Amino acid sequence: MSGVSRRDFLKIGAAGAGGAGLSALGFDLAEASQIKQSLHISGATQSHSVCPYCAVGCSLIAYTQGGKILQIEGDPDSPVNEGRLCPKGATAMQLATSARRVDDVLYRAPGAGDWQKISWDDALTKLAQRVKASRDNTFVTVDANGNTVNRTEGIAFAGGAAFSTEEGYFAAKTMRALGLVHLEQQARV
Amino acid sequence: MTNHWRDLKNADLILINGANPAEAHPVGFQWFMRAKLDRGAKIIHADPRYTRTSAVADQYLRIRTGTDVAYFGGLINYVLENTKYHDEYVRNYTNAAWIVKEGYGFKDGLFSGYDAAKRSYNVATWAYEAQPAGSGGPNEPTSGAPAGSSAFANTDYTLQHPRSVFQLLKQHYSRYTPEMVERITGIPKADFMKVAALVGEMGKPDKVMSIVYAVGLTHHTTGGQLIRSAAMLQLLLGNVGRPGGGVNAERGHANIQGNTDNAISWEILPGYLKIPAPGQTTIADYVDQSASKASHPNSWNFFGRNYRNFMVSLLKSWYGGAARADNEFAFDYIPKPASNASWITIYDQALKGKMEGVILSGMTATSIGPDSNQVLEGLAKLKWLVVMDPLPTTSSEFWRRPGIDHKSIQTEVFMLPTTHWIEKDGSFVNSGRWMQWKDQVIQPQGNARHDHWITAELFDRVKKLYKASGGKFPDPILNLTLDYKDPLKPTLDELLQEMNGKDLTTGKRMASFANLKADGTTTSGNWIYVGVYPDPSAPTVAGRADANLARRRDGVQDVAKNDPTGMGFFPNWGWSWPLNRRVLYNRASADLQGKPWDPKRPGIQWNGTAWVGDVPDYPVNMNPADPAAWLPFIMNGEGTGRLFSSSMVDGPFAEHYEPIEAPISNPLHSAQSASPVAFLYDQAAGRPSRFGTVQDFPHVATSYRLTEHEHYVTQHVPHLVGLQPQPFVEIPYELGKQLGIQSGDRVRVSSARGRLEVLALVTKRLGPSIIDGKKIYQVGIPIHWGFVGIPADNDPGKGKNWLANVLTPFVGDANSRTPEFKSFLVKVEKM
Repeated sequence: MSGVSRRDFLKIGAAGAGGAGLSALGFDLAEASQIKQSLHISGATQSHSVCPYCAVGCSLIAYTQGGKILQIEGDPDSPVNEGRLCPKGATAMQLATSARRVDDVLYRAPGAGDWQKISWDDALTKLAQRVKASRDNTFVTVDANGNTVNRTEGIAFAGGAAFSTEEGYFAAKTMRALGLVHLEQQARV
Repeated sequence: MTNHWRDLKNADLILINGANPAEAHPVGFQWFMRAKLDRGAKIIHADPRYTRTSAVADQYLRIRTGTDVAYFGGLINYVLENTKYHDEYVRNYTNAAWIVKEGYGFKDGLFSGYDAAKRSYNVATWAYEAQPAGSGGPNEPTSGAPAGSSAFANTDYTLQHPRSVFQLLKQHYSRYTPEMVERITGIPKADFMKVAALVGEMGKPDKVMSIVYAVGLTHHTTGGQLIRSAAMLQLLLGNVGRPGGGVNAERGHANIQGNTDNAISWEILPGYLKIPAPGQTTIADYVDQSASKASHPNSWNFFGRNYRNFMVSLLKSWYGGAARADNEFAFDYIPKPASNASWITIYDQALKGKMEGVILSGMTATSIGPDSNQVLEGLAKLKWLVVMDPLPTTSSEFWRRPGIDHKSIQTEVFMLPTTHWIEKDGSFVNSGRWMQWKDQVIQPQGNARHDHWITAELFDRVKKLYKASGGKFPDPILNLTLDYKDPLKPTLDELLQEMNGKDLTTGKRMASFANLKADGTTTSGNWIYVGVYPDPSAPTVAGRADANLARRRDGVQDVAKNDPTGMGFFPNWGWSWPLNRRVLYNRASADLQGKPWDPKRPGIQWNGTAWVGDVPDYPVNMNPADPAAWLPFIMNGEGTGRLFSSSMVDGPFAEHYEPIEAPISNPLHSAQSASPVAFLYDQAAGRPSRFGTVQDFPHVATSYRLTEHEHYVTQHVPHLVGLQPQPFVEIPYELGKQLGIQSGDRVRVSSARGRLEVLALVTKRLGPSIIDGKKIYQVGIPIHWGFVGIPADNDPGKGKNWLANVLTPFVGDANSRTPEFKSFLVKVEKM
């Protein structure tokens, strides 16, 4: 397949060319697979995404119908991946929708042996109280040398390698406003 | 990356260290192969393990983990001794000619200025010799230069002065002989010399080499200097700033780059502005202590010169009307850390009982470690822990891991289900700084919410509590700008506009950071992103309905049109910071007259009136023949690439130090074997040492990823678990024979900190190295498994003793505090 892009491949398939594709069954597997593919995504909405795994940044095309993903494949127009994907990118659909997802907000009380389901409202109310209490407990306005430092020492925030850039900007903005100095993401580790 | 993925196809030679792109970045690796197949480029792979990358390399070198400074140092020595460096580039585009102040020295493994009690250097002894005042050239005094700007440095362009950077460099690396390289790294001299000969050719102007690395270079107590040694070699060969060249980090998560740029990192604010330090009370103090100063008459010092503009524009973005000239633009609102507050520090503080709450948003402390057992102790000492993730993690489940009594853990845990990347829009920025916008493809599953909507609502509730009942210094919380249509649900489009910034006088979004001002009339949440979302009237938007340039998609569907230079820039595919520049430092891709070093591979070139090609890293109309023309590296104070620098805390030149747990004593200076300034957390906190010795733990270990998994999240992906179903360690064939271990046997791999009990994969991919006359084996440890995921669910032991990072040491690099994940000592036993 070297030198043949997906776009070309589709053209080859559509033209029914490629005697080399004739299988022992006497028909062209490439063409058959192309027809199967077309049926699979016909009438679907096409949208653009980027692979969620490593930082090569392979572009993806996602096909959806009725709000469900039918297929995710490499975007042949991308100068980065030219339609190609590794095993992780190729199975991105299994990460996107999964029965293993956490569907509810969960709370584990101190010493408890299990989760309990709580509402977003309960969780955020509790958490806002925790954040305020820990901030007030550990906030340093002026340090031992008399410098104004306005920092929260007892709360840390870490994350961001998996969410959008703009979300990261917003996290840095709000966490600094809360006075956080312990701020970290995956770059160092 | 200074360059970008597709650019690898432009290289003549590619050195890969601390990386395995064929397996860890397989789709990016196609561009390495295009270089090899289309232009006959050679690939050199130096790695402890023979991988699929090695299999297609022209030369594989079995290097001992953590010794790449010795390898690059040996190459630097070869290039200098044999006059293989790019003379015009070294003389004019690096600080080789700068004279270092008297008093600098290096002896017995220590640079001048060492304080043993503090385990730190006074870097003031690593300074340039200053010219007498008033002797500057065309740009003195630099208008707009930071207050307290020091005099320019003395230079000697003959490079003969004994204290010139060039002579000091030569002297420093003269110790890195091929014999010494072999003793330290285990690379046989004959193999090293073959590689050195190839590398030496890359100093010719029409040749270019790329150096590629990943976390195999960063995850060491000498990580910063490992990369610096590679950069120094590239500067000597004249390979920085050019298509096919540069120093290129392969990053491991989809948006590490974007969220480093936006400063979810303790030491910076967005756009790599330093976090202010205690004692700085005004923006002038801050700029004076943070911004670089011009040390050459022709240094533009663009970053240093604009530091104030960038900082004030950031403060205006965040604090709006509350940021005024008469209150130093709310400079007091920015927290000022007492000391390092990075990843390991968070858990160190938790162990000390000083950390009350931790919010993990798409990261799992337990699996990441280092020293997962100690991290778990830290988590148990928290009052509360928040895990924001779409899937359970080893942190959300830490209180009920196998073998633990949940009643003993008093930490309150919140699991907040978040959306996946495909359930929201926004951009990812790849390793090559290409910012690519993605669509929201589907609606969130279950009750999942976007991370930033959770943050927004949490922030709002905290704000209400402060409004209602007061508390410590609520001002930054009460005054934070939240100018979104719905402040509880900001859109990512709105946030990108805010990052881009605007001119408050006209209300129009900015097109360039060059127009940011320090008087409070401009905003920009991140100066390096200015121009990604300009006003619709900007020329860069011409003919496009959408001014968000990260959405652009003019790719390989029409190569002739979309890649006009043929260099693979694709300027209208996404957007690349800064200002859509595809190769950083690209002024250095052309000679003093502005002609490309290699006309077949131009970066930018002077056409008589303007610089054309890539977006120039230089004033577009600056005539290179003008005696007042700026030097090429416009971002730093020297205006040149730094072969010598006081910006690293562990030495102005890279020096080889042994890992904290090493099988030998440093052959260069046994009295100072490991880094004298690596941060030893347990020692500093007065906790017992958790390091082992070679007597108890005779084998060197390193850790890595497999193609089919990405860190820990893929433990939930059925097909990937099917492809790579269970944890294992790779044992060298000869060691396996010696220990009576065969593939499929259960083995225990232990360090001074913990143990891993998994299957053995005995392989010839790993083999012995002769290190300083001693036979040493390196053991390979994939990192992916733990007590959460499909394999753990199916395991009778529920994945107990599967966490690779229980083995790794709780110690950080002196500069970055990056843990030493990639080099430590273990014992291997058959179970």
